[in-house]
Amino acid sequence: MPARYDAIVIGGGHNALVCAAYLARAGRRVLVLERRERVGGAAVSEQVFPGFTFSVYSYVVSLLRPEIIRDLDLARHGLHILPLESTLTPLPDGDHLLQWNDPDRNHAALARHSRRDAEAYDEYGHLMHEMARAVKPILGMTPPDPAGAELGDFAALARLGAHLRGLGAEKFHALGRLLTMSAADFLDQWFETEALKATKSASGIIGTLLGPRSPGTAYVLLHHYMGEIDGVFRAWGFARGGNGSVSAAIAAAARALGVTIRTEAPVARVLIDNGRAAGVVLESGEEIDARRVVSGADPRRTFLDLVGERHLDADFVAAIRRYRFRGASGKVNLALAEAPNFTCLPGNGAHLRGAISISPSVDYIERAYDDAKYGEVSRRPYLDIVIPSMIDPSMAPPGRHVMSIFVQYAPYHVNGGWTDARREALGDAVIDTLAEYAPNIESAILHRQVITPADIERTVGLTEGNIFQGELSLSQMFFLRPVPGWAKYRTPIVGLYQCGAGTHPGGGVMGASGRLAALAMLREQA
Amino acid sequence: MLKTTPFHPRTAALCDSHAWRRWAGYLVASSYELSHEREYHAIRSAAALIDVSPLYKYRLRGRHAGALLDRVLPRDVARTAVGQVLYTPWCDARGKVLDDGTIARLGDDAFRLTSAESNLRWLHDNAAGLEVEIDDMSESTAALAVQGPAAREILQQLVETDLAALKYFRIVSAQLRGMPVTISRTGYTGDLGYEIWLDAAHALPVWDALIAAGAPHGLTPAGMLALDMARIEAGLMLIDVDYVPARKALTEAQTSSPYELDLGWTVNLGKANFVGKRALEREARDGPAWRFAGIEVEWDAFERLHAAVGLAPRLPPAVLRASVPIYAGSEQVGYATSSGWSPLLKRYLALAHLRADRVAPGTPLEFEVTVEHRRQRAAARVVKKPFFDPARKRD
Repeated sequence: MPARYDAIVIGGGHNALVCAAYLARAGRRVLVLERRERVGGAAVSEQVFPGFTFSVYSYVVSLLRPEIIRDLDLARHGLHILPLESTLTPLPDGDHLLQWNDPDRNHAALARHSRRDAEAYDEYGHLMHEMARAVKPILGMTPPDPAGAELGDFAALARLGAHLRGLGAEKFHALGRLLTMSAADFLDQWFETEALKATKSASGIIGTLLGPRSPGTAYVLLHHYMGEIDGVFRAWGFARGGNGSVSAAIAAAARALGVTIRTEAPVARVLIDNGRAAGVVLESGEEIDARRVVSGADPRRTFLDLVGERHLDADFVAAIRRYRFRGASGKVNLALAEAPNFTCLPGNGAHLRGAISISPSVDYIERAYDDAKYGEVSRRPYLDIVIPSMIDPSMAPPGRHVMSIFVQYAPYHVNGGWTDARREALGDAVIDTLAEYAPNIESAILHRQVITPADIERTVGLTEGNIFQGELSLSQMFFLRPVPGWAKYRTPIVGLYQCGAGTHPGGGVMGASGRLAALAMLREQA
Repeated sequence: MLKTTPFHPRTAALCDSHAWRRWAGYLVASSYELSHEREYHAIRSAAALIDVSPLYKYRLRGRHAGALLDRVLPRDVARTAVGQVLYTPWCDARGKVLDDGTIARLGDDAFRLTSAESNLRWLHDNAAGLEVEIDDMSESTAALAVQGPAAREILQQLVETDLAALKYFRIVSAQLRGMPVTISRTGYTGDLGYEIWLDAAHALPVWDALIAAGAPHGLTPAGMLALDMARIEAGLMLIDVDYVPARKALTEAQTSSPYELDLGWTVNLGKANFVGKRALEREARDGPAWRFAGIEVEWDAFERLHAAVGLAPRLPPAVLRASVPIYAGSEQVGYATSSGWSPLLKRYLALAHLRADRVAPGTPLEFEVTVEHRRQRAAARVVKKPFFDPARKRD
């Protein structure tokens, strides 16, 4: 009897949904199986507290590929990305640093601290734009293996080589430095204002157990800079209705293309018949056969849990075990009776519509990392805050607010392990830190949700709570992601593929892994 | 000096950008903030408050008010119900479009006509022998558009009238915080939205009431740049930009018939005589030479043209209101009159006049783009209008 489905997609995260939609768009019969009661993975909106909608885990959009929005007609399915127009860094001395998307406003705001930096900013922006452009084609390609012997590898490497040579010596050398330096060292080349360097360097450490002075973090800075909205790099946005609406729009598009989505359908294992993936077995015992199986789960879950070591070579298993997760961050979501009132800029205003970064100096973040290095939660953590209800009032009752606080470092491997008491202590550290800058915060809290890396692992299924399905560091990117030799979405099991952020190009609400995986599968079948 | 609208004391105070433009002899804000970005997004994600007072407004009353409109408009006015609003163009005797606007039937013998240009003399000329009183209410009537998904929720706080019962293209009289207004479920954005018509004397208290009720829901004053992008997404044409009104046309070629503007659906050839009917009958029979259609410039092609000169794609920051040639092979088959990048759809859109044999959706075309001072052609294709048509517009 022929299989009912051409492909089963394990997991309903945004990449899995993108993969399913692209397969269905090419005429394939696709089934998506999600463990939870809702699709979205870490991109979900939930009413954790009545009347207040939270982007519970991931909370901003930058890297979502515009071609996916177009190809899947996501706007028609309800996706609307709103711009984040500024970043506020409140300072301990009552001063503040404000960065704006508007160049004139930005220049004036920086010049208040340093005329030099205000000028350097434009040059820095210019270089980063060039760097982002240099690296951008890589985001859209299946990674060729430099050591590989496939014909496609040679062709793709030749194209990539030509592209990189085309950059010219100056840019190519700058790229080389960017790939190897620490974020702090890289930024030192340009700026003298501590708060500016610190706030910028923070994008180099997000989601990663590294500090701004750790080599390799400059590249991650670029990874986040590549976020592109309407042709503008470094543009960050916010999905109307929270990040769950990104998943909901992709799911709606997938359904419209004929994809069947089942929720509360946890997969226990991949059915393997004669070394070939033949379907899946649900935890309920139900077996569903399919010609191909695609896993949106991270590499460790996919291979060690869903496939099982006995079906894999020892070398491969060892490589998967070496793939690093080390979740480093948590989330605090607040329902607020009123907007936060920052001492540095009292009252409500445009500054609350952008990001708010607690990153007064590079030392501050590096010290926060020091705590984490030795298995402790940062006493004074780095915070990246947005107030979605300021941009999208439908997120909270009129006049009230939701606040999303990304907090780092909250290491997965915390001394003594994560307990309820430790979770609350993390929440307290966050609120205490924020209250130093916005004293009304404590009294404004109506509800507090604290999420540790252990919570992320348990609820969303991301190993060690790593938000990128594996650390975004150079040693496990591009043709090395997740492991050398298996970066092309295929796996050692014939008919089994990977489409999650544990594959190139990696994390962020980007959808690129899902799309590239689908395209690779369709190419094989053609 | 240009005239200012009744809302000027409020709009001027908000206009941080100092960017104003002219509209029908009035000064209106292009954008209030330094960039129109947030104002545009408000239209699609929350609600925008737009001063549309510069529209011309005429009150027609009397036994023959309907008859006058049926004489000058191609739509069937006699069969319009009280409380109904019609969008309509109107033509000269050659069947060429003079203007476009809306008519609202406020009573059995009472109508309001809105238009982009002054039409008083023309109405009087056509009213010969009819019992109808025509009043130019343009300056004494102020108008505000509240447009966006939160529009109903905001406005409902201020009026007793059940707005959920007000259907698309219907109008109702209401009291807004005790001030008499009429509210129509109309707009120029293709979204859920209303237009509020009121005595200019109440302009400021109505504005203030809307802002107070709307701010917690994200109501954002928006200028013309934001509106311009939204109306392209909605596939709505603009006089003087997308077509030359027949009164201003210098050559026959500059004029357009309703059929050529994709407005054939407004022409009711079954009704008694109206201005331009004979010419339009002829055109309906022979078929128009030109049509008005939606175009999408293919992103990959656009990006490739920029990559070839070492650049990232440069998107127009605002709607381009210049004529852009459109080709099929070596032949020019039309021209776009409005084009721009839709931040919502992530698509490069245009409204274009095309030869009638080139308007089938999917027809491959080439759109002229200037990249680094050189004229290039990017692949494009005809797509169905409106580009964006959310269910909430009619629900």
